Amino acid sequence: MALDRKVGFFEALRYKGGGPMLAWALHRISGLGMIIFISLHVVSSFFTQQMGSDWAISINIVYESVYFQLFIVFAVLFHGLNGMRIIILDLWPKMLRYQREMTWLQWLIFIPMYSLTIFIMLQRVFAGG
Amino acid sequence: MQTRKVPHPGWNLEYMMWMFTRLSGLSFFFLAFIGMAAALVMGARNQMDLGTLMRWTFFPNPNHVLDSNIPNVDIWANGFWQIMQMLLIFFGGTHGLNGLRVVIEDYTSRPAWQIITRLIFFVLWIFMILAAVYVILAS
Repeated sequence: MALDRKVGFFEALRYKGGGPMLAWALHRISGLGMIIFISLHVVSSFFTQQMGSDWAISINIVYESVYFQLFIVFAVLFHGLNGMRIIILDLWPKMLRYQREMTWLQWLIFIPMYSLTIFIMLQRVFAGG
Repeated sequence: MQTRKVPHPGWNLEYMMWMFTRLSGLSFFFLAFIGMAAALVMGARNQMDLGTLMRWTFFPNPNHVLDSNIPNVDIWANGFWQIMQMLLIFFGGTHGLNGLRVVIEDYTSRPAWQIITRLIFFVLWIFMILAAVYVILAS
């Protein structure tokens, strides 16, 4: 069932939801990013393989560029970790008391993992790979 | 203001998809772990870079890792990996399309739109599964 909203877009931006709201928004953005771009990648790979069409190849070149991969890695890692937090909170509702702490813990796990990954990716780029 | 209805446990779409989202999310961790671990056992450390290893992890199709240093990709392709690909596509695609449906239904309020959205997503879902099975079996 859809929500009947009376709140405007800019009013909603000023809502002070803090860390958990940021996690919710990023979960939606990363989820939408993954479903849209991975679907595009699958469709364009299909057309590249079957017909070798130019637009499909150019979409895949954008998809495989490093800048774009930085976003996809962010989306996959964040969506996975945040989803794990949601599953844990759903299975043990008593943990809801500590959901702010869990959001912080999630960032503590996410930042080193993401930094290490982009370090390896960028190292290869700067080495001319 | 109307609040979102909490899905009641039972055989209804909202609750089934709520449960499916959690289970498929967990399954992704296991499938990705199996894919990555098996690729490392098969020698991916000497034959792949990070990006190629990730491509194998999330879709273990031999055509997906063509630009790696694997001497012969054919021995990486067998029934086990085909089943892995089908599971990944089924769980990932259903999870993703359902998520898109939930986001869209959050921003539409008319019941007529809900029927149209669900119809479109059902057709997309069937098409995606059939196309994926074709690609997996053909490669």
